[in-house]
Amino acid sequence: MVALQRFALFLAVLMLSALTLAAIDPDDFATDSQRVRYHQFVADLRCPKCQNQNLAGSDAPIANDLRKELRRLLKEGQSDQQIIDFMVTRYGDFILYKPPFDKHTAVLWLAPVGLLAFGIAVIGTIVWRHRRARAENLAPLTATEQSQLADLLRETTDKSPKSATRGKRA
Amino acid sequence: MQRLKLFLPLLVFVVLAVFFFVVQKQISRGEYDPQNMPSALIDKPLPDFALPNLVGDNVIRRADVVGHILLVNIWATWCPTCHYEHPHLNKFAEQGVIILGVDYKDDADKARKWLQEKGNPYRWVITDQQGTLGLDLGVTGAPETYVVDAKGVVRLRYQGALDDRIWRETIQPMIEKLQREGSV
Repeated sequence: MVALQRFALFLAVLMLSALTLAAIDPDDFATDSQRVRYHQFVADLRCPKCQNQNLAGSDAPIANDLRKELRRLLKEGQSDQQIIDFMVTRYGDFILYKPPFDKHTAVLWLAPVGLLAFGIAVIGTIVWRHRRARAENLAPLTATEQSQLADLLRETTDKSPKSATRGKRA
Repeated sequence: MQRLKLFLPLLVFVVLAVFFFVVQKQISRGEYDPQNMPSALIDKPLPDFALPNLVGDNVIRRADVVGHILLVNIWATWCPTCHYEHPHLNKFAEQGVIILGVDYKDDADKARKWLQEKGNPYRWVITDQQGTLGLDLGVTGAPETYVVDAKGVVRLRYQGALDDRIWRETIQPMIEKLQREGSV
């Protein structure tokens, strides 16, 4: 029982440590919708300095500045599109984890679809070959094969199974 | 055919190995830095600003500095690479290059001391303590250098310290191109 309680406590502590991974910022939003949008933005915007962290997860000074700027824009009542434009004019599409589709990002967007198609094609070919090979094996026996089979069967029923195999190999 | 298929993994490995080797080589030669990202400001006007003069009492505005080929150099005393870069900036300034210094998110007293000790390569030097101009430029750290043409349009950004090689290979060709364009 004590062990179970300890384990529960351990799990709870694990959850707490996960919370502290996100950078801590003052929460002084006037409305809940601003707060929700703030958390949405820091999750969706990429830190320009640290390549693969979002603003929420980064401790880089620049991420800190951008979070501050984001709070200011939200409190000013800017729309989501205005905020995205603000970030993109300064840091480019790089700052968006979901960049718009254009000729620079076409590879990024299309590669997964292409790879999926390639994978399906490979699996399809393998399955098709297997089916064909099995279908060939299952083709009806020719007359000669039929008589050979009949001979074999007769042999096995006449003799013991052991001698039958030996007889066939010889 | 079946036998050749066995070599497919090896082939994939060799292709990847060559690719990574070339990229690594480019990184070690300084030709490619995965940390660098394209500037959103290229071919766009230098953002407007009005910031205090670090070595004076006045405010310096965008209109005060544009009108000729200009280097905008983002630096700070907290930035180790800027120590390395500074002597090079001094040299370029002696050669007649016009540089606007932006002391980025820094202590103004320390910055003034730095310029006294190391020399001041900047035609103008402004202090951006809040990082507002840095934000408008899309600066991600220091040092960074922008080449701005006579019309006030940003033409090139370099992230990292300028030195003789970067000057020769990156900055100078752009300046010469701008001069040919007649933007003096």
